[in-house]
Order: sequence, then C-alpha cells, then structure tokens
Amino acid sequence: MSIFYFIAFLSILFAVLVISAKNPVHSILYLVLTFFTFTIQYILLNAQFLAIVNFIVYMGAILVLFLYTLMLINLNKDSEPVKTNLVKIAAVLGGGCLLVVVVAALKVIGASDPVLFRDPNLGLVKNLGKVLFNEFLLPFEVSSLLLLSAMVGAVLLATKDPKTA
Amino acid sequence: MESFFKTAQTVPLNHYILLSAIIFSIGVIGVLIRRNAIVIFMSIELMLNSVNLLLTAFSVYRGDATGQVFVFFIMALAAAEVAVGLAIIVMIYRNTNSIDINVLNRLKW
Repeated sequence: MSIFYFIAFLSILFAVLVISAKNPVHSILYLVLTFFTFTIQYILLNAQFLAIVNFIVYMGAILVLFLYTLMLINLNKDSEPVKTNLVKIAAVLGGGCLLVVVVAALKVIGASDPVLFRDPNLGLVKNLGKVLFNEFLLPFEVSSLLLLSAMVGAVLLATKDPKTA
Repeated sequence: MESFFKTAQTVPLNHYILLSAIIFSIGVIGVLIRRNAIVIFMSIELMLNSVNLLLTAFSVYRGDATGQVFVFFIMALAAAEVAVGLAIIVMIYRNTNSIDINVLNRLKW
C-alpha cells in the first residue's frame, strides 16, 4: 500500500519538474522518469502487458523521438521563450480550478472500495490478446491504417520541398 | 511475487482518481505556462498518460479487460500523434527558425 503512495508522490514530483525545468532536454529526461513511475503503477495493478508496452513504446520510442527532434532543432542560443508572470499565475490558477472541481466531484461520491483483483489474470498477454482479437479486431486493423497514414504524413511534412528549398 | 501484487489491493479507487486528476492538471498547467512547442507536446503526453493510468485502474476495479484494450489503442494513437506533431514542429522550425508558439499567431498569412 505504501508503495503506491511513494510512487504517486514521485510521479507528481517529476511531473512538476517536467513543466518547470528551464532546459527542454531536462524536461524530456524528467518525463522519462515520470513514465517509469507509471510503468511501476501498471505493474502494481498487475497489468503486465501495459507495463511492458508503456516501457517500450513510451519510454523507448516516443521519448527518443522527442529527444531526436530536440537535437534536430538547434536550441543552443538560450532563447527559451518565457511567458510573463501574470500569464503564469493565471495558468496555475486555471489548472488549480480544474483540479478543485474534479476533487470536489470526487468528494460527492464519498469513500470508495479498494481496488481488488477480481481476475488476477486480467492484464496478462494471453487474456488481453483474446479480447483484442475477438471484440476489437476491426479497431485493431483500423489502428494499423492510422499508423500507416501517420507515417506517410510525418515523412511528407518533414521532408524539404525540393521546389522551395 | 503474489504478496507484491497484494499491495495495490488496499488502495482505494478514489486515490487513483486523485492521482490522475493531479497529473492531468499539471499537464494542463504545463500547456498554459510554456511557450516552447515541444514542452507543450510533452504536457499533452502527460495528460494522455494520466488518463491511461485511470483507465487501467478502472479496468482492474471492474474486472473488465476492455479498459486495458482502450489504453493499448490510446498508446497507438499517441505514437501516431507524436510522429505527425513533431514533424509539424520541425517544419515550423524550418520556416520560422523558432519553436515559440507565439510566432504562430499569424496563421492567416
């Protein structure tokens, strides 16, 4: 039980560091740590497939993509744009209001039951694969189409136009 | 190993909702206070991940695998979104020599 609260504290700490770090590279590294804490949460929930996918896809693929893009973009001139303090305070107030609304809605519900494992094998690859390839076969195929179109779009956008360059 | 997984069994569902709400709010604040397009993108990833965690928690709570399948689809969607979004950011950088989003307030030209 105490593991959950410790990991939750680490998640919040690193998430705050992500948005407050001045250097974007530090932001990305803190985001890696945040996602690692999420992976631990998935393991605690016995969602083993999602833990592995989160580890490989998010930390391995997406964040490396972020790092590579940051290296493509030359930010060495220390021109990190900053907003005025007024806008920052307004933004924190706005986000805090959102949080307050959600927490207040949660208070109305009252105390909830603990998260029990009704089916201990729920998050295993065997179980999820059966659900994925029976009920969700069509969305699964459509998501492959989505990934293909995203790949084509990314290549199309990122390559230089030979006429203008 | 079995006793290790027992640890999550005593955590109330409310606390998962609270954690996800806090992380989501941090993501919203990050979108609002930063002007660097890449950091804004990372805040959006933070929000997506908090929702993923909540979907997983609800899925375990209800004993229904559908929530975890949704998380799988959200991850595939996030990968596609990041690829296209970062390509757009690279293109913006090539055209304006900056990734400050305030440069983009002249979209009508």
